[in-house]
Amino acid sequence: MAYKHFILVCGGTACESCKSGALHDNLVTAVRQNGLEGSVQVVKTGCFGFCEQGSVVKVLPEEAFYVRVKPEDAAEIVAEHLVKGRPVDRLLYKVGAGKLSSIDDIPFYQKQFRIVLRNCGLIDPENIEEYIAREGYAALEKVLFTMKPDDVIEELRKSGLRGRGGAGFPTWRKWVFSKDVKADQKYIICNADEGDPGAYMDRSTLEGDPHSILEAMTIAGYTTGATQGYIYIRAEYPLAIKRLEIAIGQARAAGLLGENILGSGFSFDLELRLGAGAFVCGEETALIASIEGKRGMPIPRPPFPAVRGLWGKPTIINNVETFANIPVILLKGGDWFGSIGTATSKGTKVFALTGKINNSGLIEVPMGTTLREIIFDIGGGIKDGKKFKAAQTGGPSGGVIPEQFLDTPIDYESLGALGSIMGSGGLIVMDQDDCMVDVNKFYLEFTVDESCGKCAPCRVGGRTMYNLLVGISEGRGSVADIDQLRTVAHAMNKASLCGLGQTAPNPVMSALKYFGDEYRVHIKDHKCPAGKCKALVTYSILAEKCIGCTLCARRCPVNCISGARRQTHVIDLSRCIKCGECYDACKFEAVQRG
Amino acid sequence: MKKLTLQDLRDLRERKKAEIARRDTSGKTGEVIIGMGTCGIAAGARAAFDAFVEELDKGGLTHVVVKQTGCMGLCYSEPTVEVRMPGMPATVYGTVTADVARKIVNEHILAGRLVGDHVFDKPAADIAPTLARGAK
Ligand SMILES: Cc1cc2nc3c(=O)[nH]c(=O)nc-3n(C[C@H](O)[C@H](O)[C@H](O)COP(=O)(O)O)c2cc1C
Ligand code: SF4
Ligand code: SF4
Repeated sequence: MAYKHFILVCGGTACESCKSGALHDNLVTAVRQNGLEGSVQVVKTGCFGFCEQGSVVKVLPEEAFYVRVKPEDAAEIVAEHLVKGRPVDRLLYKVGAGKLSSIDDIPFYQKQFRIVLRNCGLIDPENIEEYIAREGYAALEKVLFTMKPDDVIEELRKSGLRGRGGAGFPTWRKWVFSKDVKADQKYIICNADEGDPGAYMDRSTLEGDPHSILEAMTIAGYTTGATQGYIYIRAEYPLAIKRLEIAIGQARAAGLLGENILGSGFSFDLELRLGAGAFVCGEETALIASIEGKRGMPIPRPPFPAVRGLWGKPTIINNVETFANIPVILLKGGDWFGSIGTATSKGTKVFALTGKINNSGLIEVPMGTTLREIIFDIGGGIKDGKKFKAAQTGGPSGGVIPEQFLDTPIDYESLGALGSIMGSGGLIVMDQDDCMVDVNKFYLEFTVDESCGKCAPCRVGGRTMYNLLVGISEGRGSVADIDQLRTVAHAMNKASLCGLGQTAPNPVMSALKYFGDEYRVHIKDHKCPAGKCKALVTYSILAEKCIGCTLCARRCPVNCISGARRQTHVIDLSRCIKCGECYDACKFEAVQRG
Repeated sequence: MKKLTLQDLRDLRERKKAEIARRDTSGKTGEVIIGMGTCGIAAGARAAFDAFVEELDKGGLTHVVVKQTGCMGLCYSEPTVEVRMPGMPATVYGTVTADVARKIVNEHILAGRLVGDHVFDKPAADIAPTLARGAK
C-alpha cells in the first residue's frame, strides 16, 4: 500500500541539539500507535534552515510546516493532523505581520522568492524548448510586437530595478542615456566577469538559465537601438561558456537571434568574449578596453559607456543578474516588481552564502529581508554551534556587519549606512574563530594583487595599507598605525581612478568601526584572540590539566607533541606550525592558546 | 530547428506546456532531475546521473526520464536531485552518491517510500505559473 502522508523531521546538526532524534522516534511511535504505519512514512531530512526556531517538521503532501516542535508534541501532531486531518495551529509557522504580503502564491513559510533563479534547477539549460515552455521569449515577443522602446523604459522605471553588479544604478536611466544618443551603431554588453572571491551567483544563473540573458539582451538592443551584443565572461567558467554557446546556437537556429527576429523586422546578434579573469576587468571601462583588444585598464568617466563605450559607440553594460530580472519585469509589469522590496530597492537579490554557515548555497530573497533571516532561517545558522561574529557583503569592496545589525532589512541604502555595500551578492559568514585583522589582510592582499597599477593612490596606497596590516598581525603594530590606515584609506577612496581602489579600504574601515578593540589587542597586547595571526599565538599544554589521553599528539600534523599515555604531553615549540588542531582536540582544556 | 515566426513560437510554447501538463497528470511517467551546475558536477553529479540511468535500465523503468538542470541552490548538499513521481510529493534529495541514487530508484521510484536522511526542502516557490498571467 502506498503512503498517503510523509512526515519530514529535520535531522540537521543544529536540530539534533534540540532533540529532533527523540522527536523522530516519538513520531514513529505515535504513527504506529494510531495504526498508520502503512499510510504514513516518517523521514529524517537535511536541514530546513529555521534553526533558531528549533525542531522543524513538515507534513507532505499538504506542506504544513511546524516549528519549535518538541518531542512531546509528536502525539498531538499525529492524532490531530494525520488522524483527524486538522493541522495543529499552535505549532504552524506564521509569517511576521504583513511581511511578504505583496507577493502572492508564496508558500507561507518560505523566505526565498525566485525571479532571477526562476528556472535554475528546474529546466534543462541546454534545451531551448524547456525555456520557452516556462514563458521563455514571451517577454521578447511582447516587446517586439506590442511595445515601443519608450514603453519598455517606462516599465523599467516603474519597476525601480537597479544594477546588480554592485553600484545599484537605476537600469532605466542607463538605457535612456544610450537610447537618446544618435549613433550608427550601439552595443549591449553583459558583464559576466564575476571576480569577487566567494561569489558565484552569475555563474550559476548562466549555467542554469542561459536563454534568459539572451532574451534580456535582445530586449535591451530593441529598446536602445543596438544590433550587436557581447557577453564578457571569464574563461574559468567553462560550463557556463559551453551552455551559452549552445543557447546562442539554438536561439539563432530558431530565429530568436539574428536577422529579422520572429519576423518583426528587428535584428540582433550576440557573441561571447572571454576574459582572462582579472578582477579589474569587471570594471566597465576596463572591460570595454579588454573587448577592444587593449590591456584591461579603467579610464576616467564621464563620458559613461552608455554614451561613449565600446569602439566609441553608445554601450549598455549590465550585470548578469540585472538582465535576468528584465524578462519577468516586462511580463508581469513594472508595478508588480516595484511592489516587492523596500522603498529604495526593489525586487529580489541573489546571494552566494558561504563561510561558517550550515546551509551554504545560492539563495534569492526579496530586498528588505534581514541578515538574521538569511543566516538563521535560510542558512541554518552557524556551523558547529559556534557564535556568529560578522558577515561580509560586497567582497573586497564591502565591509563587515556585526551582530547588533543582524535585524537590518537589507537594501542598497541600509548596507551603505552600515559601512558596507550590497555588492554583487557574495555573503561570507564569520564566526568567533575568524580574526578581523586576518580577514582584512586577505582582502587587501587580493586587491593589491588585482590592482591594475595605473593610478598611484590604489597602487601605492593599497600596498601601504597591506604592509601595515602585516605588521599588526605580526606584533609590530603601533597605535599610530590605525591613524595611518585611516589617512591612506581616505586618500585611496577620494583619489583612485576606479572603484577597485576607491573601495579597497572598505573592509578595513568597517572592521575598525566595529572591531576596533580587536585591532588594539593585536597592537597593544600582541595577542590575536581568535588565534589566527600565527606570530601572536603560542600553544602550550598545562601539566595540571593534561591527563595524557594522547589525542592532541595524534592530531598534530607535524608530530611535534611528545608524551606517553597517561603522562603529561609537551609541545616542541620549535616545530609547532600553530595550526590549532591540538587546541580544538583537547577535551580537558589542557591546551592553552596565548 | 527552423526559424520561428511569432505564431510558431506561441504554438511551440502551448504544445510544450500541454506536454508537461499531460506528463504531470497522466500518472504514468516520472522524472529524475539532476542539478548539474559547476558545484553539482564537482560534487559527483555525473556519477549519480550514470547510476540513475543504469539502475532504471536494469529495472526496465522506461517511463522515468533522467534530466539535467542547473544549480538548485543547495550547494552544501550537492549533488542534488529532484524526483517527481506520480502520487508522491516532488522531493529534493541531497548528497546523492551513486549508492544513494540506486537506493532512490529502488525505494522511492519502485516502492513509493522516501529515502530518509537525504530529503531536503525545495528552496523556493515557483513563479512561472504566475508569469503567464502577468500583473495582477
Ligand atoms: C573593480 C571592479 C570590479 C567589478 N566587477 C564587476 C563584475 O564582476 N560584474 C559586474 O557585473 N560588475 C562589476 N563591476 C561593476 C561594473 O563596473 C558596472 O558597474 C556594472 O557591470 C554595471 O551593471 P549593472 O548596472 O547592471 O550593475 C565592477 C566594478 C569595479 C570597480
Ligand atoms: S584604482 Fe587601482 S585598479 Fe583602478 S585604475 Fe587605479 S590602479 Fe587601476
Ligand atoms: S598547534 Fe598544531 S602544530 Fe602546534 S602542537 Fe598543536 S597540533 Fe601540533
